[in-house]
Amino acid sequence: MSTHLLAAEGSGFQSPGPGDFEFPPIFGEGTFVTKPMLIIVLMTLVVAVFFYLSARRAAAVPGRLQFVGENVYGFVRNQIAVDAIGREGLRFVPYLATLFVFIVALNISGIIPFLQFPATSRIAIPLFLAVISWVIYNFVGIRRQGLVGYFRNMMFPSGIPWPVYILLSPIELVSTVLIRPLTLTLRLTFNMFAGHLVLLLFVLGGEFLVFEKGGVVGIAAGSVSLLGSIVLTFFEGFVQILQAYVFVLLTALYIGGALVEEH
Amino acid sequence: MTGSLNMVGYGLAAIGPGVGIGLIFAAYINGVARQPEARNVLQGIAILGFALAEALAIIGIGLAFAL
Repeated sequence: MSTHLLAAEGSGFQSPGPGDFEFPPIFGEGTFVTKPMLIIVLMTLVVAVFFYLSARRAAAVPGRLQFVGENVYGFVRNQIAVDAIGREGLRFVPYLATLFVFIVALNISGIIPFLQFPATSRIAIPLFLAVISWVIYNFVGIRRQGLVGYFRNMMFPSGIPWPVYILLSPIELVSTVLIRPLTLTLRLTFNMFAGHLVLLLFVLGGEFLVFEKGGVVGIAAGSVSLLGSIVLTFFEGFVQILQAYVFVLLTALYIGGALVEEH
Repeated sequence: MTGSLNMVGYGLAAIGPGVGIGLIFAAYINGVARQPEARNVLQGIAILGFALAEALAIIGIGLAFAL
């Protein structure tokens, strides 16, 4: 039966692909404002207003909004910064908290009705955030240990027999300089990309089966697909928050690693 | 049937990270079951390991679309 379905799909169903992530300009030809750009601007404003309102009248007995804001900030402060870096990590909490909330907002726009596109699935945004993190942890490391000391501690950690350095040093250098920002970028981008693609497949495929293929089999299979898309939406929301957490956690760990004098 | 062999290759490539992530969370669950009060410490480590293992699968899907 499944091959039968697939054959029927092949005739009329256009499965979603990378092309669904390219948007035309909203205001017609010649302009450059696209949907992801609008989502970024909107979400930046939402984050700014959220933090402004939650911190505006800070009271000893917090209001509802202040409570939410303090919990988010406290989560990043205690669960990420202090755990991964230590007491010194308190200096980096503003950056980490901003990063966390910004990524969550951009990710979660993938499941907000009418927006429904995770802006972080366009590679430019995670790449830019990863470059900021890269600059910060390298800068912090070089300032703490000196230029030579930073690279010596990175490439030649003590307590290892010297032949191992032949293998270890290039790996550590490439890993720190190139692989870390690259994986930070790709992890966030393609998690959002793949998640959005799966959601599209379930919704569009279900819609095709129910309304265009029809018949008992089509409606039954399409209904399962559409119901599954609801479950997947919640799963996507979970993944989106988790990935923001992972991005910030890794940034904090890299900063923490750069601050440690001896490995 | 039409399609790209890339996707078959990606499916095969995802086996490795899949097994890896399974092992990581199996160890995490084992650890929490034996010592529930260590949950907070283990959680961060488990998610870190998950993220590192997942990077392989993510690079795979990136290459599957790019190549």
